[in-house]
Amino acid sequence: MRKFILFSFILIAGIVFQGCNNEGKKAGDTAGFETDEKFQKEFQEKLILVEDGGTVEFHEGKFLFKKALSVEGKKNITIKGAGAGKTILSFLGQTEGAEGILATNCQNIIIENFTIQDAKGDNLKLKGCDGVTIRYMNSTWTTGADTSNGNYGYYPVECRNVLMEYSEVSYCADAGVYIGQSTNVTIHHCYAHHNVAGIEIENCINSDIYKNKAENNSGGILVFDLPKLFQGNGRNAKVWDNDCINNNFQNFGKPGSIVASIPPGSGMIIMATDSVDVFNNRITNNKTVGIACVSYFMTGKQLNDSTYGPYCNTISIHDNKFDRSGLSLKEKVPDLSTDLGKLLTATFKGALDIFVDGSADPKFRDKNGQLPEGKKICIQNNGEVKFGNLNAWKSKGREDIMDYKDNDMTKFNCTYTGINGNNLNPKDAK
Amino acid sequence: MKKTTILSLSLIAFFCLLVFNQCKVADGKVTVDINAKPFEKLSEYHFFKGKLKDLLPNDKVLPYDLITALFTDYAHKSRFVWMPEGTAAAYTKDEVVDFPVGAVLIKNFYYPNDFRDESKGRKIYETRLLVKRKDNWDALTYVWNDEQSDAELSIVGDNKNVSCIDIHGEKMNLNYSVPNKNQCKNCHNLNNVQMPIGPKVRYLNKEFNFADGKKNQLEKWTEVGYLTGYKKEENIDNKIADAFDPTSGTLEVRAKSYLEVNCAHCHRKEGSANTTGLYLMLSDKNPESWGVMKSPVAAGRASGDNLYDIVPGKPDESILVYRMTENDPEIRMPELGRSVQHKEAVELIRQWITEMK
Repeated sequence: MRKFILFSFILIAGIVFQGCNNEGKKAGDTAGFETDEKFQKEFQEKLILVEDGGTVEFHEGKFLFKKALSVEGKKNITIKGAGAGKTILSFLGQTEGAEGILATNCQNIIIENFTIQDAKGDNLKLKGCDGVTIRYMNSTWTTGADTSNGNYGYYPVECRNVLMEYSEVSYCADAGVYIGQSTNVTIHHCYAHHNVAGIEIENCINSDIYKNKAENNSGGILVFDLPKLFQGNGRNAKVWDNDCINNNFQNFGKPGSIVASIPPGSGMIIMATDSVDVFNNRITNNKTVGIACVSYFMTGKQLNDSTYGPYCNTISIHDNKFDRSGLSLKEKVPDLSTDLGKLLTATFKGALDIFVDGSADPKFRDKNGQLPEGKKICIQNNGEVKFGNLNAWKSKGREDIMDYKDNDMTKFNCTYTGINGNNLNPKDAK
Repeated sequence: MKKTTILSLSLIAFFCLLVFNQCKVADGKVTVDINAKPFEKLSEYHFFKGKLKDLLPNDKVLPYDLITALFTDYAHKSRFVWMPEGTAAAYTKDEVVDFPVGAVLIKNFYYPNDFRDESKGRKIYETRLLVKRKDNWDALTYVWNDEQSDAELSIVGDNKNVSCIDIHGEKMNLNYSVPNKNQCKNCHNLNNVQMPIGPKVRYLNKEFNFADGKKNQLEKWTEVGYLTGYKKEENIDNKIADAFDPTSGTLEVRAKSYLEVNCAHCHRKEGSANTTGLYLMLSDKNPESWGVMKSPVAAGRASGDNLYDIVPGKPDESILVYRMTENDPEIRMPELGRSVQHKEAVELIRQWITEMK
């Protein structure tokens, strides 16, 4: 009974406070934009006529476009503006194409120094490119935190050799920096804020994510692997020296989307991915969970893909700094707006620094639910942490998922050497 | 002395002009040079004789039609094919026939002023050429001027306001989009190589009313020397259905024929949408690859909160129908060439799904 009262209190408090950071839909930024169709044609023409090895320059100014811009099949080209905030391309209310800029089948393409905003779908999408550099960019929606905003701020998909650096992204209804189904990925010195997910790699192979700042998103940094995609079974990621701060923003993701299930207040989530090293990150003031390491089943979605591994294997979480002392009492109420948030709050009665669902891949686990050497989840040297484990491997389903929890971190006391990202970047922070 | 110089210079200039003009006008043969830069004006190819806007085909320019055509905002299309002297396309059973270097496919997009009575005139908006070069196809778009006297090469595309009377006698206004060069490849893409879509044997296998009488198109192509290796008896059933002619096939075959023609250039294993796992070729026999109880991969908001591409018996819960119905650029399918709903097609697909078990 006491438990129930406490839980109800948290629930009510949560409902009261949850409304506080709601930012409504805004009209979107149109003031001072050039709307003459000739600019659309001029910019598109440059992107078609640029010869291999050439540079396309977008001059300073604010331009509102009705249609997506596209670039296809070019080699060794640079697309540059006069600076983020100086050259602004807006696609607010576009009538053709779902992207802002779409680059397909390019080799060695650099995109730098402009702002792109308010596309219907993704602001910048690259598909099937080898050699992608995106830098000194800003990608945003000026319509506020609205569910009908576009999905991704930067979206390289099915690419190889992707470098994403020194760029800002905000107000994506899905993920700010989103790199999907790509191989050899580096993301560093990016600033993602007020997105549902700040920085996300999904089904990527060989990734380094370091020195980024993810702030005021619902979830800061995500390392995900999802079923039924062209490139399956993402693996090999190193995530270090990032700041995940105050990722307590309302989740305004599209109902049914994967990120809509992320509890606001999540610093970092590793889901269903193999071989991930997470170290020296600063996880600060995230109200629900600092770092979560979970299986795909935590999304609550059905699964029918026999080639897909829904569990996390070979994960090392070490030398990270956790701090929640900057949150006021009312800010400390963990998320109750999502199923996972409710489950965590109800099970552990408060926020966690490190959470594992303890689902343990049945291919490898022993009769005590332990993974063998080389497949284990290792957690070491993270200071004083509040830890929770659902031991979901024992659970039959939703009805008893809360019954096997414990706070015993000793089973995870191990270390790894030799988890590699892409080995392209100096590990100056270790 | 000075005067005479000027006079003789002008005379020479005049004479030159005369010769030049003569060359240009008097020689009305079709002119295609795959090694030269494309002409700036459509008229320079001489695909048509007389007034350009009448689209009267020049010698060896052969009109053709498809059994079921790709929908493009209700625009009418008149198609022609031309091949260099002494060359022919080689028969291919399933894919686009193997065209010779230098072949040109010419497609004109126009709207009748009144869809109920085409004798009331029409306005042509664009002419697209697909030109077969040595190892690739080049896509060229010519945008017609308002006077309808000629069309000019455009690589960046255009938008045109169209206003006409539709088949039901209602006013139809729409913003017609001329694609840019990159957009062409979005659909005309097979394993990342730019290709034509229409001229497959199974789309061409029908009668056409030629100037000298009715004839099966493939027989006509063979007769004029444009097609080799075609055997009529082996291809009697090698054809899709006319989606909107109930005598042409079962409801299922007509619905699938429509989807193949309108979607499968991307939604096939070799197409731009191969990442989605939705394959809409008539030859695909697996119901899930057709979308039956298949979850979307990356539809996002465009699923309209529906869970499956096709739910048998329930068109209102099928993403396929939703995306054919909506006009929002993030949701609509196809992505290009459709800004208004193809009402008759939505009706056809709805009926098919309603009756599906």
